[in-house]
This record gives sequence, structure tokens and C-alpha cells, in this order.
Amino acid sequence: MTPEDVKGIATLARLAINEKDISGYADNLSRIIAFVDQLNAADTDAVEPMAHPLAKPQRLRPDEVTAQDERSLYQQNASAVEAGLYTVPRVIE
Amino acid sequence: MPAPTRSIAEMASALARGDVTSTELTTEYLERIQRFNPKLNAFVTTLAEEALAAAAVADKKIKDGAGGPLTGVPLAHKDIFCTAGVRTTCGSRMLDNFVSPYDATVVERLNAAGMVMLGKTNMDEFAMGSSNETSFYGPVRNPWDQERVPGGSSGGSAAAVAARLAPAATGTDTGGSIRQPAALSGITGLKPTYGRVSRYGMIAFASSLDQAGTLTASAEDAALLLGAMAGFDSRDSTSVDEPVPDYHAALDKPVKGLKIGVPREFFDEGLSPGVEKAVREALDVYRDMGAEIIDVSLPNLGLSVPTYYVVAPAECSSNLSRFDGVRFGYRCENPKNLLDLYTRSRGEGFGAEVKRRIMTGAYVLSAGYYDAYYLKAQKTRQLIAADFKRAFEKVDVLMGPTTPTPAFGIGEKTDDPITMYLNDIYTIGANLAGLPALSAPMGFVDELPVGLHIIGNYFDEAGILAAAHQYQLQTDWHNQTPKGFA
Repeated sequence: MTPEDVKGIATLARLAINEKDISGYADNLSRIIAFVDQLNAADTDAVEPMAHPLAKPQRLRPDEVTAQDERSLYQQNASAVEAGLYTVPRVIE
Repeated sequence: MPAPTRSIAEMASALARGDVTSTELTTEYLERIQRFNPKLNAFVTTLAEEALAAAAVADKKIKDGAGGPLTGVPLAHKDIFCTAGVRTTCGSRMLDNFVSPYDATVVERLNAAGMVMLGKTNMDEFAMGSSNETSFYGPVRNPWDQERVPGGSSGGSAAAVAARLAPAATGTDTGGSIRQPAALSGITGLKPTYGRVSRYGMIAFASSLDQAGTLTASAEDAALLLGAMAGFDSRDSTSVDEPVPDYHAALDKPVKGLKIGVPREFFDEGLSPGVEKAVREALDVYRDMGAEIIDVSLPNLGLSVPTYYVVAPAECSSNLSRFDGVRFGYRCENPKNLLDLYTRSRGEGFGAEVKRRIMTGAYVLSAGYYDAYYLKAQKTRQLIAADFKRAFEKVDVLMGPTTPTPAFGIGEKTDDPITMYLNDIYTIGANLAGLPALSAPMGFVDELPVGLHIIGNYFDEAGILAAAHQYQLQTDWHNQTPKGFA
């Protein structure tokens, strides 16, 4: 994995990576990918993928309102709120 | 002051008899935390005032005859469980200032049982690590040798229980994060069946693998604690609606006739001779109690670590996308625009290992690579689970070592992620399959504790707890206290 690849993945993952750390990540990620590449040796042609340990259908529930409005409590953890809204840098100029 | 009795079973009877009050016990543990925590860094947050208030409530309940089996017993929570009104950091700068608005189901249930929360324990950042060195709050030290790691990610919980700063603690286990630190710290650690304990309010790392469990001195204590934690919760979509048996009552089940499978793949070249010797001796104890030892094979076990390092990072990259610097968590200074706010908040808020895993996950899920990595790993996961299912057609439990070696030195494995990942080679299989498993102390190698790994069939927590309890009636390894913490 090249430094360019790392920059591409970091963009996908919305992670700012310091320039000086990029070659370190390239080295680590290359080793991790090479390590997991050994899965290719396993014959899985006739195997169903397993998404979940318990093969049960998802439970359904009646579509009823159960949550209460706790906006002001939740917003105590926000960095910036105004008039009950979360604020972010201007998106539309 | 000598270390208090470690058994929560004994503590509960002493409380019920009125021999001791919860206030006295809580005070004693708070004093021990104050005295010893600077050496170990096991607690991120101590809750002295809140704990004493809860102890007073528990004492009144007991006096009024309204106490239950755990009322007034103190415990610590891993800082991955949301605690209402209390800082919940998950070991990350990202959540350094996060005060949870609600309680996790596990916390809610243990509060309802009358247990007293002493504080929140240190952990690898977002539970990603096997040494507790990835925490934003610094490494936890192993009470048996402070130059060594206690294991991770529930390293703070393990060190706290081992050094008797808390009689019991909660933890979470995604690839071994309860069992591995329990083994390296000389205590008993239980990861229940996937779905047995609610994940609601437990900060998510890899949702198809994460499971809450216990870190205690003994299997008996684990049985008591699990009984109070387990059960259906409509707020967790993967919670299983199965009755919770009386785990404590089931501990007496004799070992005679128990079929113990010993997977030969657990005894590979990576296993240290000292740990192998300890496992063989533990198996001899079971043989003497009348168990049958049966050679079994898990032929695909070698695929478990690489499978895990596709599945877990993929799920982590999705789960951790919620940390965007907008609604809660760390926000960078002076963001230029929305993209800058997202990328810098995440870049500055997450540590190196978390970033490594998010990027691994983003890579294996990215267009063109999904089939080659994620789909492939879901198939190898099926092969691994099938191996276990086949083994459980022949045996009642599986046993082997929890870790290949005793605790390693702080800083020893931080340079190479693969070496660190391979430390979980024996524990990851149970997570991929979703099986219950525990680690119980089985002796010492170079004066460091090592753990016996016991894996059970789905929802057979009672079976593995009974097997461990019967072993603990024959041995004294679980009663040892590290020097300097008596």
C-alpha cells in the first residue's frame, strides 16, 4: 500500500492524517492486508457467508412512539448548539 | 489494612447477616483505590461520593429486609458502558468530555440489584487492543509485575479485580478482551454467548462480535454477576429471548463424566512450554475428578485471526462513523468547513490504533474489494463456526490455554500490530462463532499468572461456570493476591 493509497482511504474514512504519519500507516496497513490475504488459500466455494453468530430473523416490534423528547439533555454533550440546533460551519455560501 | 475478602458470594452473606455494612466495604475499596490506583492506572474515574450515597441506600435496603443477593456489593464498570450523569470515555480523547445521558442496560440492571459503582475502569481505546496501551489515559500496569501489561482491552477491570481495588468488574469481549486480561492478571473472566447480555448502552466496536461479561475472582462470583446482568432486552435488536437459568445453583454439577475436548490446534508452535505444562496439569485435575479428555480438531482455527481482522475493522469503520464532531464528542478548533470539521475532529480525536482499524475497515469495504475481503471473511467465519459445531457433537466443553504466553512487557509489542493481534489466537474463535467462554487462573509461569480457557456450547454458560467452579474447589490459583496489594 502506497502513501497515495493511504491518503485515499483516509479521505473515504474522513480521517485527517498528519503527513509525517502516512508512511507508517502505509507500512502497517500493507502488513495487515498481507496478513489477511492468507484467507484466499481457504476453499469457500460452497460456503454460505455468515453475517451474524445467531442465525435468527430480526425481531419486529409495533411501530409505536416510545422515546421522549430529550433534546436539551442530549445537546449538553454538543460542542456548539444554538436555539436547539446543532451548529456547524456554513455549508451553503 | 489487609485486603478485604475477594468473594462477592461471601461478601453478600456478610452483608445480609449484618457483619459488615456496604458503607464500610465501599469505604475500604475507595481507600484502596486511592492508595493503589496511582501505581496501576486501572481507574479513569473514581466515584467516591456517588458510591457512598449508593452504599447508604443499600444499607437501608438490607436493614429493611429488602436486599437481594448482590445488594451493597461494590463493583467497577469498564468505561465502555454508558453511565447516566457520569463521564463515559471509552478510553478515547474523542469522548474525554462525554457525560452519558442514560445508563447501559448492564449498568441499569446491576444498579437495580443494589450494587455500588466504585468508578469506571481504564481500557484500550474503543476496546481496540490487547494490552491496554492504546488508552488515551495511558497504559494500565499489571499488578503482578508493573513493567508488564495487564492485557486488554478490559485491562483496567482486570487489574482492579486482581489487585483487589474492586471485588468484581464488568468488561466486554470482542476478540478476547475479557478472557485475555483475566488470564494475564490471574482472575476469572467470562464472555457469555452472543446475545445473552444486552449491548444497549455499550459503546459499539464490532457489533456482530461484542459481548458484555464479567471479571471476578472466581467462577462462583461470575455466576452471581451474570445472573443479574443477563436476559432479554427489547432495546438491543440482537438480544436473545431465552430464559436465564440460576447459574449459581448450577455450580454444583459434578465434573464426573464431563467430556472435555482438547483441540490439538491450541497446542501449536506459538504456545510457550510453560503455558502448555500448566494446561496439561489443569487437565490432569479434571481427569482426577472423573472427566473424560478427548482429542478434537478445529481445522480452520488458523483462519480465525485473519478473519477477525477483516470482520472487526469493517464493523468498526461503520460504527465509528457516528463520531463526527457534531452532536457529541471531540470537535477540532476553528474548522474551516464541514469536511474539515469531520476529518480533523476524527483525526485528532482518535488514536493511532483506532485509525489503523478504521482505515483497514474502510479498505476492505471499499468498492472492488468487498468480495475479496469482507465476503470472503464471512465465509471463513462460517467454516470456523462449523468446526466448533462439529466438536460440540462429541464433547461438552473445550479446553486449552487462554493465551500463548504470560503477560508481556509494556512497549514490547507496540511496534508491530500483527504480533499484538496474534496474542488473541486462542480467544477469537469463540467470538466469531458466538460461543460462551471463560478464562480461569491455572497457575504461574515465571511468577506470572496464566489462564485456562473453557469454551462452551451456545447458551451453556452454566456448564462452563460449573466446570470452572469445580476446578476452583480443587485448586487455589484464583485465591492468590499479587505482592504489595495484600
